[in-house]
Amino acid sequence: MRRTVGALLRKELLVELRTLESVPGMSLFAVTTFVIFHFALNRNSVEGDLAAGILWVTLLFAAILGINRLFVADAEEGGFDAFLLAPVDRSAMLLAKFLTLLAYLLVLEIVAVPAFALLLLGPPLSRALPDLLGVLALGDLGVAAVGTLVAALAVRTRARDLLGPLLGLPLLVPIVIGGARATSPLFTLAHPAAPPARWLLTLGLYDLVFGLIAYALFDFLLED
Amino acid sequence: MPAPADEATVTKVGSRLSAAAVQVEGLARHYGEREALSGVSLSLSEGQTLVVFGPNGAGKTTLLRVLATLLRPHAGRVQVLGYDLPHEAWAVRGRIGLLAHEPLLYRELTAQENLRFHARLHGVGFERVAELLRAVAMDGRRHEPLRTLSRGMVQRVAVARAVLHDPELLLLDEPRSNLDPAAIELTAPLIGAGSGRTRVICSHDPAGGLAEADLVLGLRDGRAVLLRAAGEIDRAEIAELYR
Repeated sequence: MRRTVGALLRKELLVELRTLESVPGMSLFAVTTFVIFHFALNRNSVEGDLAAGILWVTLLFAAILGINRLFVADAEEGGFDAFLLAPVDRSAMLLAKFLTLLAYLLVLEIVAVPAFALLLLGPPLSRALPDLLGVLALGDLGVAAVGTLVAALAVRTRARDLLGPLLGLPLLVPIVIGGARATSPLFTLAHPAAPPARWLLTLGLYDLVFGLIAYALFDFLLED
Repeated sequence: MPAPADEATVTKVGSRLSAAAVQVEGLARHYGEREALSGVSLSLSEGQTLVVFGPNGAGKTTLLRVLATLLRPHAGRVQVLGYDLPHEAWAVRGRIGLLAHEPLLYRELTAQENLRFHARLHGVGFERVAELLRAVAMDGRRHEPLRTLSRGMVQRVAVARAVLHDPELLLLDEPRSNLDPAAIELTAPLIGAGSGRTRVICSHDPAGGLAEADLVLGLRDGRAVLLRAAGEIDRAEIAELYR
């Protein structure tokens, strides 16, 4: 299993490095959105609920771009068939795609969070960063689990570009809500506080539930 | 139009063969309302070659994909290498080599990267990759992305991929497409009659196909209209399938 996941992950990252189809697009989308918010709100800085909402909604829509392209190379170039012919555990592809999407989200956030701090965030990022990293990690696990499941479901349909966001957005909303509620106290200018435990727990539970659902369903999604 | 292969003919051919590598009885497969295969039966013993003829849309590729475990049969019984499909498909994966219309390779990866990726999936050593790249005369261009190679070169890499794990059963969909005469000669030891493997080949070339076949299946509109030993068939009967 480890060997197969390693082979798939290596292939995913090589293809992305050669094509630069997903991560640059996601990052550019996020930065552009922050610029638009900067001018549309006519504000140099935001804080609290508004700041947390802008960050999470932007990350969500940027993630959708990556989710939509997650299986495209496999579907268009016969990678699915080649994988299905190999004597390997099919869950390896789920895990590899999950890790790939997680890596994409990590790079996205390395670009997007400093850009957000520079363009919009009122409170200093350095103060919120340690807790923010934890909340982002919890959110990313859920986005990657839901995203992999939805991408696998959508890619074998004709309307995959439409179906991905249509299925993905409602399922990702709880992550955005949980992420924004957990992040909001970190972005408070006057009295910053730690992320509320109940929202962290909600995110963790959501990650677990969708991780298990994806594991249970993935084999069926690859089947004819 | 050739007469449909009746049960007696099928049974006769089937019973003559021992140790069947492929055994199909009453196979049906449809896409929505359209029947792609209906009531197809055949038996192919180990080491033999079945060549499937038929016009476009006759069901040749569907038959190959069912045998490759990529499509589920909707009716009938399919046994490959002694295992029932789809229930025991896991047991034959890794023992089948498929050369399809698509090369099943990533365009952005080089020939070597593609083959090494498949070698990892099949648990094959990289020395086999190097050996096959030499065999298909692609070792000189092994570091170039496939998107920069000609279709013939990509087909040569696809041949190497199909036999990378030394499969017992080869499923070949028009294997000579895009290959020039020199490349056909290069790939013959890997996928030709001399490879010693059981083969199912889809072909539109009556002369070439009959020369390679032990058994011939003619498909038309998803039905088997011809199933006989190759020696009992002449080219006119094959040509008739396409009229």
